[in-house]
Amino acid sequence: MTLALTSVSRSFGGVRAVDDVSFSVERGEVHGLIGPNGAGKTTLLNLISGLLQPTSGRLELDGRRLDGLPPHRIAALGVTRTYQNIRLFAGLTSQGNVVVGLHLRRRAPLWRRLMLLPAARAEERDTLARARAGLVRVGLGERALERAADLSYGEQRRVEIARALGSDPRVLLLDEPTAGMNAPEARSVATLVRELAREGRAVVLIEHNVPLVMEVCDRITVVSFGKVIARGTPSEIARDPAVIAAYLGDAP
Amino acid sequence: MSDFLLTYQSLFAFVGINALLALSIYATLSCGQLSLANAGFMAIGAYAAVLITQRAHLPLSLALAASMALPALVAVPLGLPVLRLRGVFLAIATIGFGEVVRLFLVNWSLTNGALGIVGIPQLTRPWMIWVSLALALYVLARVQGSRAGYALEAIREDETAARTMGIDTAAYKLAMLSFGAALAGLAGGLEAHLTYMLSPGAYGFGRVVEMLVQAVVGGSAVFFGPVIGAAFLTVLPEALREVGRHVGLGPGAFRLLLNGAVLLVVILFLPDGLASLLRRRRR
Repeated sequence: MTLALTSVSRSFGGVRAVDDVSFSVERGEVHGLIGPNGAGKTTLLNLISGLLQPTSGRLELDGRRLDGLPPHRIAALGVTRTYQNIRLFAGLTSQGNVVVGLHLRRRAPLWRRLMLLPAARAEERDTLARARAGLVRVGLGERALERAADLSYGEQRRVEIARALGSDPRVLLLDEPTAGMNAPEARSVATLVRELAREGRAVVLIEHNVPLVMEVCDRITVVSFGKVIARGTPSEIARDPAVIAAYLGDAP
Repeated sequence: MSDFLLTYQSLFAFVGINALLALSIYATLSCGQLSLANAGFMAIGAYAAVLITQRAHLPLSLALAASMALPALVAVPLGLPVLRLRGVFLAIATIGFGEVVRLFLVNWSLTNGALGIVGIPQLTRPWMIWVSLALALYVLARVQGSRAGYALEAIREDETAARTMGIDTAAYKLAMLSFGAALAGLAGGLEAHLTYMLSPGAYGFGRVVEMLVQAVVGGSAVFFGPVIGAAFLTVLPEALREVGRHVGLGPGAFRLLLNGAVLLVVILFLPDGLASLLRRRRR
């Protein structure tokens, strides 16, 4: 077991945005998180990545409690993410963004740089090469030196994925990674997500593109109004009456 | 040439000291924090240095070391709570700190309260200022592009995203507050041994606004911008002194007027400061 949520709830005032949610994600699994708008999917990602703390319940990574830890500690334990409303470092190049993503893997004390030691130079060259390789992986090798703000929407989403992969995470949280992408771009992201799972990472995927979710995910958890209403394999989910009701409304 | 240097020696010394102060503001601006505690840090550094040379009769080198170390240490317990605040709230809290330091000094009998300490020997030599400035610039230049440099830029651009990339934003912000405090304190120690006297009034809100204006006029997007701003705004009022006399303004009032006018022009036409002029030409 890699990532496990047990009876996690989070209230904002009187609103239970996340209500008694439990699910787990194994190594090598792509776990879909779907549901209507406002169901609490992004709130769940914010809880996992430590930007929000649960009102009750527990979050664990390989048996280690995540709740109560600050976001940077959770990232250090191997959980990184992308954002629905893209949060790149707009003033940096796409390569610069990935270099920030490499923060946790760099061993580069400042004194070494202040002393002009060759080791510092070598480490920097190595970091830039790794950042470049990360961009090549998401198909943006040629745009490494462009400002993130100047990239198209789809390209920015891919830079976010490369940045999140920089720390070599065990768990990757993707919040609508194909929103605003054209069909070929979305395809390449789907392929990449499967590849990441094959590498043994756990991927939590929030996505509105239902055919893509059905194709890419191993298991799916459906949430509506903060509650889990269904869980299972894609084919089970597609037949589930509760899911159909949540998406299309009850039959009269 | 040597006559020129001799005549304007003290002016150049103030360029260097103001540059250190503008860099001390830049330190926190570089990770997106507007902290206005630096006049307070400067006062702590200045008083620590003068007490060491004048009351304890210890050498200046020790005094200057203390003028860096003490504010840097004070910055830690100050920063732990106030760096949780953002934007204007942080600015207000740090202004409060500056006022607390000033009022403490006004009422401290050991340092002669509001009257301050006079007759301090001029121990600061120009080279000390230039070496300090060169070292500060060297450190800031080497931070660019380093692991810490990228972390600071990430915090400035989007603190939330930076945290989820594994950056301990609180630690970096605290480190830069402390570094800025050390620079401001050092500038205080150097200045106090240059101007023969020291009084709490010199370290009020106006002083930190002056530092901020110099940093912004020079440009806070690059590390050398604040130095350009400090040089420009220190030399300009002297160069135009005759003009000020003709319009019937005293040097103090004239300087404030120029500061305000230059700030306005820069914000309207050069939002990235004077440093962006250099860059534009290089392209």
